Amino acid sequence: MRDPARGEAPLVSIRDAHKRFGDVEVLKGVSLEVAKGEAICIIGPSGSGKSTLLRCINALVPLDAGTITVSGIEVTDPKLDKIVLRRRVGMVFQQYNLFPHRTALQNVMMAPVHVLRQDRREVEQRARELLRKVRLEGKEGAYPGELSGGQQQRVAIARSLCMQPEVMLFDEVTAALDPETVKEVLVTIRELAEEGMTCLLVTHEMGFAREVADHVYFTDRGVIVEHAPPAELFSAPRDPRTREFLGRIL
Amino acid sequence: MELIAEFFRDLRATTGLNFTIFYDPFDAARFWRAFLLTCELAALSVLLSVAIGIVGAFAQGSRIRPLAWLVNGYVAFFRNTPPLVQMYFFFFALGAITPTVPDDIGMEVPLVSNFAWALVALSLFAGAFNVEIFRSGIEAVPRSTIEATEALGYSRLGAYRHVVLPLAFRVCLPALNNNLVNLVKTTTLAYAIGVPEMLYVANQIWSDALNVTEMMNVLLLLYIALVSLLVWLMHCWERAMRMPGYGA
Repeated sequence: MRDPARGEAPLVSIRDAHKRFGDVEVLKGVSLEVAKGEAICIIGPSGSGKSTLLRCINALVPLDAGTITVSGIEVTDPKLDKIVLRRRVGMVFQQYNLFPHRTALQNVMMAPVHVLRQDRREVEQRARELLRKVRLEGKEGAYPGELSGGQQQRVAIARSLCMQPEVMLFDEVTAALDPETVKEVLVTIRELAEEGMTCLLVTHEMGFAREVADHVYFTDRGVIVEHAPPAELFSAPRDPRTREFLGRIL
Repeated sequence: MELIAEFFRDLRATTGLNFTIFYDPFDAARFWRAFLLTCELAALSVLLSVAIGIVGAFAQGSRIRPLAWLVNGYVAFFRNTPPLVQMYFFFFALGAITPTVPDDIGMEVPLVSNFAWALVALSLFAGAFNVEIFRSGIEAVPRSTIEATEALGYSRLGAYRHVVLPLAFRVCLPALNNNLVNLVKTTTLAYAIGVPEMLYVANQIWSDALNVTEMMNVLLLLYIALVSLLVWLMHCWERAMRMPGYGA
């Protein structure tokens, strides 16, 4: 975590988040802070609450207790304007979730035009640039069903970016991809992180986490077991649970 | 025109087959007026019932509970009662208590004509089925797709309009097709409240000219043509909405 002495308010701040689904307590008091421009990775076994935590940040899942603030917006405020929040927080899903009845370009353009009511021509220009940036030039007119998984996921990233968010959430975005297409998606995300986009990634790609993250959080059974810069967490984990998890997957 | 009339006059003289609507100006005028009225009733009730289906299916999923109950009550009522009874109910029960207005020559005429009552009854009847048909389509849209619209900041209405409904349409088009075909045929029930549509006027004609067999055949062929036109239009629409890369 950043040095508090610098006095810079974190862009994303989660304090003591609690969430239960029925009998299962998924988050048992999670706190974390992400500074502007930082990329953090959340790792941990399945069912440890990683995805739920991400979903709470853009209010897809309401918290039971605790507070979340994103760029000054109180996410847990009952009077929250979700549209204001969600234009600042982009999210990319494991299953891409593109709109299959619209072309790649239309998928990227839709939300800024429909939700933000921005000028169609400006949005189109931005959307074309974004598709170029994710290396999908020439695929503007293709429908999601005509693209590979990796290409669809890059359209999904461009779609989120076209809303010009301040934070990007990536929820196991490579988990559904073939091993050979994982790389093309990771390259795109790494470029984003290097350009200074604030990124929160839930991932199983440990090599990627080590390379890209400024900070890595290890979660297990609803709590953050430990967190540290990647070099430290991966080479000298302190907690036995972290050691066991890393031992199993590395 | 004169050639056609000549042909049917000859046909009657040689075979006894009496198609008055092709050579008798009076029968021709009333029959083709009735044909247009049937087309009008069918087209308007198709459009209205689809609109009811779209709005109803959205309201059915509303978080405002009473609104959802209202839609469910409407669907239950109109699905579980015979359309002919509904037609009578609107015309005789509601028609009796709606106000009348004086026409150009001072006669009191009902504010709502029998054509309008038939249109209301047919649209509500088919609309109830359309609500359920659209609901089935909406339920086929993956939860994850809806989550993506939420993450992009869409409101429920915005998501319904731009993503959910367009996808639901593609899923439920075959069922919608069936219901609309049925609706076109059900327009003949307007006969029961004296709307001068095709069946009503055909009945008048065969009572006058005693050509039941001939008129029956004309009726059947015209309904086949009308339904074929609807099915063809729906297929064009289905093709236009094809999603490349998704088979079908």
